[in-house]
Amino acid sequence: MIPAAFTYQRASSVDEALDLAAQGGEDAKFLAGGHSLLPLMKLRLAVPEILVDIGRLGELSYIRDDGSHIAVGALTSHDEVATSGLLASELPLLAHAAGQVGDPQVRHRGTIGGSLAHADPASDLPAVILALDATLVARGPSGSREIGAGVFFRGLFETELQPGELLTEIRIPKPQAAGWSFQKFTKRAIDWAIVGVAVQGDSVALVNMGQTPVRASAVERALASGAAPREAAAQAAQDTSPPEDLNAGRGYREHLARVLVGRALEESRSRA
Amino acid sequence: MKVSVTVNGSQVAAEVEDRTLLVHFLREQADLTATNVGCDTSSCGACTVLMDGQSVKSCTVLAAQADGREVVTVEGLATSSGEMHPVQRAFRAEHGLQCGFCTPGMVMATVSLLAVNASPTEEQVRSALEGNLCRCTGYHNIVRAVLAAARDGATASERRPG
Repeated sequence: MIPAAFTYQRASSVDEALDLAAQGGEDAKFLAGGHSLLPLMKLRLAVPEILVDIGRLGELSYIRDDGSHIAVGALTSHDEVATSGLLASELPLLAHAAGQVGDPQVRHRGTIGGSLAHADPASDLPAVILALDATLVARGPSGSREIGAGVFFRGLFETELQPGELLTEIRIPKPQAAGWSFQKFTKRAIDWAIVGVAVQGDSVALVNMGQTPVRASAVERALASGAAPREAAAQAAQDTSPPEDLNAGRGYREHLARVLVGRALEESRSRA
Repeated sequence: MKVSVTVNGSQVAAEVEDRTLLVHFLREQADLTATNVGCDTSSCGACTVLMDGQSVKSCTVLAAQADGREVVTVEGLATSSGEMHPVQRAFRAEHGLQCGFCTPGMVMATVSLLAVNASPTEEQVRSALEGNLCRCTGYHNIVRAVLAAARDGATASERRPG
């Protein structure tokens, strides 16, 4: 399987990438590690006419302590996130979850920005940055803007990013509450989560329980009013609309959400 | 477009379509056919090679993305006099293969693992090979081979491309 024909353009700076994307208009897509985009292109589910390769923009690959928050360049690979000493101490939830994405080969190539911009609700990192209340920084022809994780994900594979806009940085506040957990249920190690959950303190976000990653608001409300973890976890499926597919029906996903949220809250509290 | 990749220490340059995948560049332009196309969907790992020292699935990398980089395939592991790499020796000694189709990818994933973790536990080995499937299900001997290679000190410094 090979992708449909396209024109490959390699950017040597963010400015050049934005120029190339502006010239390409709606026919252009950014290529980072390519581990979400290239498989879709092979299946003809994505057929961009122009790929603007941003894979060599070292200026977008970093993990930096900015005092109140950690800044992660969009092009930082999952492997770099997973093995970062700074993240292991400041944001262990993110480092751990990045180490659970795909397999080692995928983590060598896949990037945090690529995963978020792709916005697959079955991916791990969108729910993680939602639980962490991150802010995403995007650059476009008219400058830079910040987008809260809570409004970034608009729908299935759909984000707030406009055509020609490039996700450049993820800013994650240092958590106030130390406890965290990441749980996912898969049939094989490399599969996408059938359901997953990310917990930081009393923030809870779900993987693959709707068209976007979602906060388990009912669980969070129950925790805020003093419910025990298992009691709060019983609310995990409330207000969700999980997909039905070959792996699981709605009822099974709802069950998994309750079980995994319960485990995650208990693990999180044991680490607090 | 013109793509030039250092493959197993030698420069391989060719004019290819923009959509050419690295695995096809290796098999058709570099004429190195040990790297197999298995699933073609970045699941099975049969096409694993090293790019700038890290394992990648070459069916999910464009040749254009490898332009100017260093790639090592399983053909590049043995010395020029034909002496096998310690990981290859261990796979043979421990019978870490059955039909052999997944073996080039398993070996390259192992070389990549041992470069960053010279003495992995069995659990670490199993988790490092998550991205490589063996349809003969010969996993036990593969894991044994990786552990044996680690005991023999098959670290990055012994990697001998070319």
